[in-house]
Amino acid sequence: MIAYLVRRVFYAIPVLIGVNLLTFVLFFVVNTPDDMARIQLGIKYVTPAAIEQWKAEHGYDKPLLYNGQADGIDRVTNTIFFEKSVKLFAFDFGQAEDGRDIAHEITTRMGPSLAIALPVFLVGLLITVSFALMLVFFRATYLDFWGVVLCVAMMSISSLFYIIGGQYLISKLWHLVPISGYSGGLGGIRFLILPVAIGVISGIGASSRWYRTIFLEEINRDYVRTARAKGLSETTVLFRHVLKNGMLPILTGVVVVIPLLFMGSLLTESFFGVPGLGSYTIDAIRAQDFAVVRAMVFIGSVLYIVGLLLTDISYSLVDPRIRMR
Amino acid sequence: MMPFDIVILWTDALIFVLIACIVAAGFYIRSQEHLRTSWRRLVENRTGMAALTVLLVFVAVGFADSLHYRPAPQVGVWSLLDALLRNLKTHTEKTYSAPFAVKLDARETVTGPDGAQMRIYPRLVYGGAHLANPDESAADILWRARAACVHAAAGWIVICAMVVALLACRSRISFAQALGNVLRGETATAWNAALFAVGAVLLLSVPALELSSIYHVFGTDKVGNDVFYQALKSVRTALVIGTLTTLAMLPLAAVLGILAGYLGGIVDDVVQYVYTTLNSIPGVLLIAAAVLLMQVFIEDHQNWFATAAERADARLLALCLILGVTSWTGLCRLLRAETLKLRELEYVEAARAFGVSHWKIMSRHILPNLMHILLISLVMDFSGLVLAEAVLSYVGIGVDQNTISFGSMINTARMELAREPIVWWSLAAAFSFMFTLVLMANLLSDAVRDALDPRMASRVRRAAAAKAGR
Repeated sequence: MIAYLVRRVFYAIPVLIGVNLLTFVLFFVVNTPDDMARIQLGIKYVTPAAIEQWKAEHGYDKPLLYNGQADGIDRVTNTIFFEKSVKLFAFDFGQAEDGRDIAHEITTRMGPSLAIALPVFLVGLLITVSFALMLVFFRATYLDFWGVVLCVAMMSISSLFYIIGGQYLISKLWHLVPISGYSGGLGGIRFLILPVAIGVISGIGASSRWYRTIFLEEINRDYVRTARAKGLSETTVLFRHVLKNGMLPILTGVVVVIPLLFMGSLLTESFFGVPGLGSYTIDAIRAQDFAVVRAMVFIGSVLYIVGLLLTDISYSLVDPRIRMR
Repeated sequence: MMPFDIVILWTDALIFVLIACIVAAGFYIRSQEHLRTSWRRLVENRTGMAALTVLLVFVAVGFADSLHYRPAPQVGVWSLLDALLRNLKTHTEKTYSAPFAVKLDARETVTGPDGAQMRIYPRLVYGGAHLANPDESAADILWRARAACVHAAAGWIVICAMVVALLACRSRISFAQALGNVLRGETATAWNAALFAVGAVLLLSVPALELSSIYHVFGTDKVGNDVFYQALKSVRTALVIGTLTTLAMLPLAAVLGILAGYLGGIVDDVVQYVYTTLNSIPGVLLIAAAVLLMQVFIEDHQNWFATAAERADARLLALCLILGVTSWTGLCRLLRAETLKLRELEYVEAARAFGVSHWKIMSRHILPNLMHILLISLVMDFSGLVLAEAVLSYVGIGVDQNTISFGSMINTARMELAREPIVWWSLAAAFSFMFTLVLMANLLSDAVRDALDPRMASRVRRAAAAKAGR
């Protein structure tokens, strides 16, 4: 098991290098620092001198890959590639456009992101799995039929509609919870209720329908027939047997996203004014802050790879047939 | 000498190619018995047939909006849809007005005949302008809507009669017999569902279109543009993004997936590495990065694009390509896994024993057996992409500002909910159009999956057998 994990971690390194190279090519080769300077300075004030100054301020005034003017090790390290891309591995993200330290921003913004994403994930999983099990329990009845219709209708509604409609109805018309904002501690719960509820509701349609298909596939298996033949009640069959075996395909889709919860939800955070990583990313995209986008790309891929690893581990925990070699 | 110049934008050309491909594929399927049987399962499905009919109406709107021309030199590009809806395009008011309103939704100061200044809601320039007394508008709308419903019903009856007559002609039975078959749902193709959908569409669209020439059915937005017109224009953007994106990713996913699965070894390792790497970058961020770069590129090469329409179109196409390049990994993984299974089957082994080349095996034996996966994912991705466009436009990495889309409509209308009195009609129009489009696409994709997926087909049959047995 340990050997397997170590090998998997080593396998992640080339992937991270690939991500790093890809972002480097995207951000510095396709799109040169001169272009970035021009975008940041705006059309009006672009003079060659201003561009040079901007590049010097942000550390982009070095050669891309190889510095011929420097000596010794500096030939490789005193370059944009080393300064901006290689340092990502050490989680050294540099500064954002407004001069703030990106690493510090990320650590302070993780909490609010998790405060929303974690309840959405847990409550959402609980509700969708129960709803799917209920549909399977009442399979081939009108309840099942209309439940599926409801799922299809719900997944056809844009997530923007859930957010805008929920904010308008609950906060603006009924004044039940504040429309947006965030504060830490217990007092912050009133800010969290609506975004969490909307996050859960907007995910119900697609996931429930998917889980229902998985459970239906399981329910035709032989072991289920055996369980029924033993005289087990339908509830026992569903919860003890079908749910357990259906968890395996569900795990594939679910565990992978757990680490990504740190990244938060772009839309929810931005609409509800939560100072998390999602809204940070959106603001960076809108302000065309390449340094922040680059940092988020790197963190996102690290978390994704962690998620893949967790998926493998959870497989071996849930399914004893799977052995890690 | 033609009075206007025909303009073919890049996306237009690709849409024409796509339609030509679909027509060619249709003829090919007709000629192959085994393909025809699986497609017949699709047209037998009532929900699928109804969804298909509604989607075809959307496609017709989008197609009419893709035939571009320039009415006169030095004038912006128009489309056939603009020409058909000339009233909607040109009837712009000063600012907001509610659906079916005859007065503006904002007060203006006017000087009365006696010199006194008053704050009143002024009459609209076009909406209900034919009425002498604005209070009569409700009665006028009702009367006109009733007339339009009668027209719609008449049109529907004509269409039904034509379809039934055609069916009667083809199977050489009497008109009454054919009508009975359709009503009882005993036709091979689910004509009753299709005709029902046609009726529903007519009942909604004919009154809306007839009233739209004298009223603003969905109101007007901040700068006085008709919202109904914008919603109709958004249909094309949504269709382009939903179809051209999958078109961009299909070749990449198919070629790499089959190569990796069939050849194995180092090719497999490289392909797997590439898609794990791409997959590990969160989708929105990869799209954002690529779109930011594209923006810089377009701004640096302004002189490539003669008109604003061309620039907006190039941006739309680039967005499709970016979405395609960032989302092919899932399909590629699916195809690779399926190819791994197919490679071990006897008929591939037999082909190899006969000395058929690798290339021939992949194109003649493997690819046709993956076609159902390709088609299913093409239809299933469509609805997701339409929804994604709205989100991307909100984040600011969507279509050009000059392109009308559901996302840009929602984005501009979002702030208007805070206005007093609130402006809800832009959002309502965008969301209801988008909901209808996506819902129909989801229903169709379910039907397509049921019809084409062999695994699904066996399950459906099993379920039907279980039902019949009970």
